[in-house]
Amino acid sequence: MATLLRIFGWLGASILIVTILESILKTLKNYQIMGSDIITDYGLNIICLMGISISLAVSLQLINGYTGQFSLGHAGFMAIGGYVSAFTTKSLLAGSGDERGFISTLIIYVIALSIGAFASAMAGLLVGIPSLRLKGDYLAIVTLGFGEIIRLVIENIETVGGPRGYIGIPKFPNWQWLSTSAFSGTFSSMSWIFLFAILTVIVVHNIVKSSFGRSLIAIRENEIAAEAMGIDTAFYKVSAFTISAALAGFAGGLYAHLYGQLVPTTFNFVRSVEIIIMIVFGGMGSITGAILGAIVLTGLPEWLRLMAGLRADWMPQWMIKTFTYLPELRMIIYSSLLIITMLVRPQGILGQYEFSLSRLLKKNKTTKTNSEEKKA
Amino acid sequence: MSGKEILETNNCTIRFGGLTAVNELNLAIRESEIFGLIGPNGAGKTTIFNLLTGVYAPTSGIIKFLSKRVDGSKPCQIAAMGMSRTFQNIRLFASMTVLENVMTAYHVRTKQNMVDAIFRSSRHQADEKQQRDFSLELLSIFNLAQFADEQATSLPYGNQRRLEIARALATNPKLLLLDEPAAGMNPQESVELMHLIGSIRERFNLTVVLVEHNMKVVMGICERIQVIEYGKSIALGTPQEVKNDPKVIEAYLGGG
Repeated sequence: MATLLRIFGWLGASILIVTILESILKTLKNYQIMGSDIITDYGLNIICLMGISISLAVSLQLINGYTGQFSLGHAGFMAIGGYVSAFTTKSLLAGSGDERGFISTLIIYVIALSIGAFASAMAGLLVGIPSLRLKGDYLAIVTLGFGEIIRLVIENIETVGGPRGYIGIPKFPNWQWLSTSAFSGTFSSMSWIFLFAILTVIVVHNIVKSSFGRSLIAIRENEIAAEAMGIDTAFYKVSAFTISAALAGFAGGLYAHLYGQLVPTTFNFVRSVEIIIMIVFGGMGSITGAILGAIVLTGLPEWLRLMAGLRADWMPQWMIKTFTYLPELRMIIYSSLLIITMLVRPQGILGQYEFSLSRLLKKNKTTKTNSEEKKA
Repeated sequence: MSGKEILETNNCTIRFGGLTAVNELNLAIRESEIFGLIGPNGAGKTTIFNLLTGVYAPTSGIIKFLSKRVDGSKPCQIAAMGMSRTFQNIRLFASMTVLENVMTAYHVRTKQNMVDAIFRSSRHQADEKQQRDFSLELLSIFNLAQFADEQATSLPYGNQRRLEIARALATNPKLLLLDEPAAGMNPQESVELMHLIGSIRERFNLTVVLVEHNMKVVMGICERIQVIEYGKSIALGTPQEVKNDPKVIEAYLGGG
């Protein structure tokens, strides 16, 4: 009973956070600074992508960061989840148009995304099994191969459009109480994306901070010792792959319904590497780091692109000129940022540091009591 | 001391290519004794530990633990049956805290599953509390409780060795295998370790098998000793008997 209450509490809190976030964005969208919009439609789009990136990076952290198995196939899991759920919604909603109610449409979406996540989990199970025999680079090569196989298989299935891409995927229904013109269309899925990002963080955090998670970390730290302490390393490695794949599959489903179309080349090797870079940049083995990496590395190239349009009366000529050239330099800035990070902080920006609200509160309390003691 | 055997091997042999690391070994370890396994460097003592704990499967022969055959079982299965070990080169979970190291080993006995963990059920919370309380108690027996929240590798060497023993005990073993527990300890620490091994045997009702080069420790606490050379057993008996065995003297000092 208490458990059920806690689950509803967490769900409620997540919905509240998403609602607040959305309201802030909606308010910001009505204002302008220096004659240009603070947030454009394009900017909102990037924010949606950030949410998906957070889910992907945090779920990958479970395999790469905590269990210490190097997987390069996350885009493959995302692709499976995306295509399967898109196919499901398209078949279930075929011909029904808009006359369905909000709740019944919603249920269809949840079912479709879950089926996508399940398919992806099965693929994770399949990939997890070779991980029992392979280590390090060899495992990376197998997972990389897996990702490419998935992409090639999709390119050869005519039902989902083959190499031309899968189009006409229905978009998300709005959250009724929030829907306004500013957030219809592309941004209808924003709330879902962020709700899922928060749930991913909660799920991964709860797994890691438990007996189960300690076993995963033990495998990363010393596999022989973990096995000798009675931890069934085979089972835990496969579990990590399966859970992570399921979460990535769900994120893939959200991605599919965000744009209403999928192209197989989106899920190539580069996509997997991008997700890896996010967690390496933020810090392997840190959820906070994965979130930071996802936000910065998704946002930075796009933000640099936006800088070109930024000008105001007070700006000197050189400033405007620099801003104009920034977009051309964005890949150089992106890569130098990564090189500098690896040179200065090879463990990632946050290393294994984890943000903790309770620790923050505790620290405040102790500093308070300390200062009170000093006064006395 | 009961005469019942907790662990037996019968003509156990393992070959790595042309090298016979352990040759037709017969071990019989009795319940709640402290048993020493000694021999010159490279005699195959650690390989014997790896055989017993399931890291290697024997090429031929039988291993019986608690009257059940365990040769060919996975290390985690053997550990769950109640055999736990420490390592010659320390294998702590480096990035974890001292407390987490011990709690991780408690996992064999955990009652929570992954779903409990994800939803933070009351079973999860009760189990976590039990793990924490038990581990802290174990740490305080080893005088490590004050380091509970420090990173395991930040401890001095001797404490790391003792933490490894504490971690091995968290799996609730019946048989504890210690691989050179006194290596790198100063004489003072070695003496403390001897007392510690004696007291944890009483407290946890353990059988202890010890591989050790420090003869003061071996002769001081072991009730029976088996001497290994080139993978073969050359002597078995009480410390006094072994010490005076001409074969043992030859193995250590060379033939005259």
